[in-house]
Amino acid sequence: MLQRPGRSALTVLGTIAGIGGFVAIVALSQTAAGQIGKDFNVQDATQVTVTDSGARGGSAHPTMDFPVNADALADRIHGVIAAGVWWQVQLANQNVSALPPSDGGTRVGLPITAASPGALVASGAQLATGVLFNQFHESAAQDVAVLGKSAAAQLGISSLVNQPAIFIGEQPFTVVGILAGDPRLPQLNLSVTVPESTALRLWGPPPSYFPAQMLIHTRLGAAQVVAEQAAVALRPDNPRLLTATAPASQAGLKKSVTASLNTVFLALAAVALLIGAVGIANTTLVAVLERSGEIGLRRALGARPRHIALQFLAESTALGLFGGLVGACLGVLIAIAVTISEHWTALLDDRVVFAAPVAGAVIGLLAGLYPSLRASAIEPADALRR
Amino acid sequence: MTLAGYEPPVIRMSAVGYTYHGPPPVQALKPTDLVIRRGEHVAIMGPSGSGKSTLLNLLGLLDRPTEGRLEIDGIDLGHASERDRAAVRARHIGFVFQSFHLLPHRSAVENVMLAQVYADMPRRRRYAAAMSALREVGLGPRAHALPTELSGGERQRVAIARALVNRPSLLLCDEPTGNLDSTATKELTDLLDALHGQGATLVVITHNPVVAARAQRQVRIRDGRLSEKGPELTEQPEQPEQPEQPEQPEQPEQPDHVLAPEARWLEEPGAAEGERMEGSHALPGA
Repeated sequence: MLQRPGRSALTVLGTIAGIGGFVAIVALSQTAAGQIGKDFNVQDATQVTVTDSGARGGSAHPTMDFPVNADALADRIHGVIAAGVWWQVQLANQNVSALPPSDGGTRVGLPITAASPGALVASGAQLATGVLFNQFHESAAQDVAVLGKSAAAQLGISSLVNQPAIFIGEQPFTVVGILAGDPRLPQLNLSVTVPESTALRLWGPPPSYFPAQMLIHTRLGAAQVVAEQAAVALRPDNPRLLTATAPASQAGLKKSVTASLNTVFLALAAVALLIGAVGIANTTLVAVLERSGEIGLRRALGARPRHIALQFLAESTALGLFGGLVGACLGVLIAIAVTISEHWTALLDDRVVFAAPVAGAVIGLLAGLYPSLRASAIEPADALRR
Repeated sequence: MTLAGYEPPVIRMSAVGYTYHGPPPVQALKPTDLVIRRGEHVAIMGPSGSGKSTLLNLLGLLDRPTEGRLEIDGIDLGHASERDRAAVRARHIGFVFQSFHLLPHRSAVENVMLAQVYADMPRRRRYAAAMSALREVGLGPRAHALPTELSGGERQRVAIARALVNRPSLLLCDEPTGNLDSTATKELTDLLDALHGQGATLVVITHNPVVAARAQRQVRIRDGRLSEKGPELTEQPEQPEQPEQPEQPEQPEQPDHVLAPEARWLEEPGAAEGERMEGSHALPGA
């Protein structure tokens, strides 16, 4: 075997291709699945939404089940970066104007949102100018507002230099900030946002058909755990009033993606492995026939048929093992190369890498069975005659 | 010599025959008696197809006789298990082939050590034993050369070293000089003579009369029948030849001698030096 390195290498090629393909495919499918999961993660995996599922009373006597200090309670949960309550205010008259209505200012129909300062932070709101209202405005229930980008444009407000005011109905609000964008609550761009306590004071709790929500921004990977704890943390007395949902777990998604990729590609790898096994079997068989002189000699020197069979079995197994080792290395290299070119993060189960050479050896062993039996059945007298 | 000192002959064939199964069945070796004693140097000659190879395969335990009884060192091996026969091949028989049968990618000493693998020689002692065998055949300095770097004569000497390394009771040489030129042939026959001088038992199958002439006994084989060329050469198969050894005192009936040699051996172990029965025998017509 070692005396014919060229042929051994060619023989092993099939096994290398099979094992290499196997490892590369498994690695790439794992990486791709991880990559898909990661794309989903970036926004969603750090977000938990708590809804007021216990809201009742319709529009007549609405209640709200989030406690007054909900932001602070949520902040205590491990893994929470920011959290806050918000809801869409439902008013009979949603007209907003930049001048007092009595002065004949233009009225614009805009959605009005109540949000705690924490909700603005958790939503990732970015300011074009001014500031977000803060805990001071909240606790004092100040009549302040933050305008979304579109809302500001519709109201003709682009600068805060003159401390502009707006009127919701007849109620004046001081504009403290204008948003540039809001990744998690894009509807804030369209609306006038006022502090939660101010909305409660002026308009009362939200109706049960559009209840309040809490938006929680968590650290990466903490969403599931935070979701499990949020309801109890906010309403330890009656957690069933609140329902926390995290984005769909990626585990299931990953599994299904991996499964579909695997079935197709693993079938291809299996074909390559089969070809590799046939290659080893073929070469071993040729070697048996070609080395019949050596077989006869070894038998004449006292080797038993078993010794001959073991010798060829060992050679084919070594070929398979070698193919498995090289194939595993190649497979990992291919997976890494693809991963780098796609700017992915390589993911590979190390069990696959370690199992590959073993699989190669087993394939070599199986492939060598028939040729070995043939070799051991050769009559020494016949073999020596060559 | 006393019975206590009796040593079984290296080879004792009693009515050993071999028939290829056909179809049609071919009786390559007619039932034959042959005794080769320790220290003898026997040449076996015959044309191609005469049954030489069959005889060699039987003697070397590479094939099983289809009839008769074959003993080596007093052990019946014609019907022994393959395992026992392999063990005897490893320890009691050394083979030398016309085509050398050296592994081309192993050095001379590695080729010699190969013979020790199946003789259960402890690994650490193999190298020293192989080197000593190579020195014996005069190849000590070439021990690490590959067969391709050796001349034909040297290769055959490597093969002889390999055959000798396990100290076999029998050295079985199949046309050992068939691939050698006259110089190498001379060297090789000198080496065989020297080995014989040291007490080795040699059976040499050869076409070469020069090689055969070195042997104490010349056995001819033709059409599956053996005949011994002694002082009085008898070629007729039907007629058993006279044992060369005049000292055979009690020669039973001549015609039966084919079956008798063992009995004589037992009675007169000492007398048998060089004694040889050739059997051409029983089934002349077959």
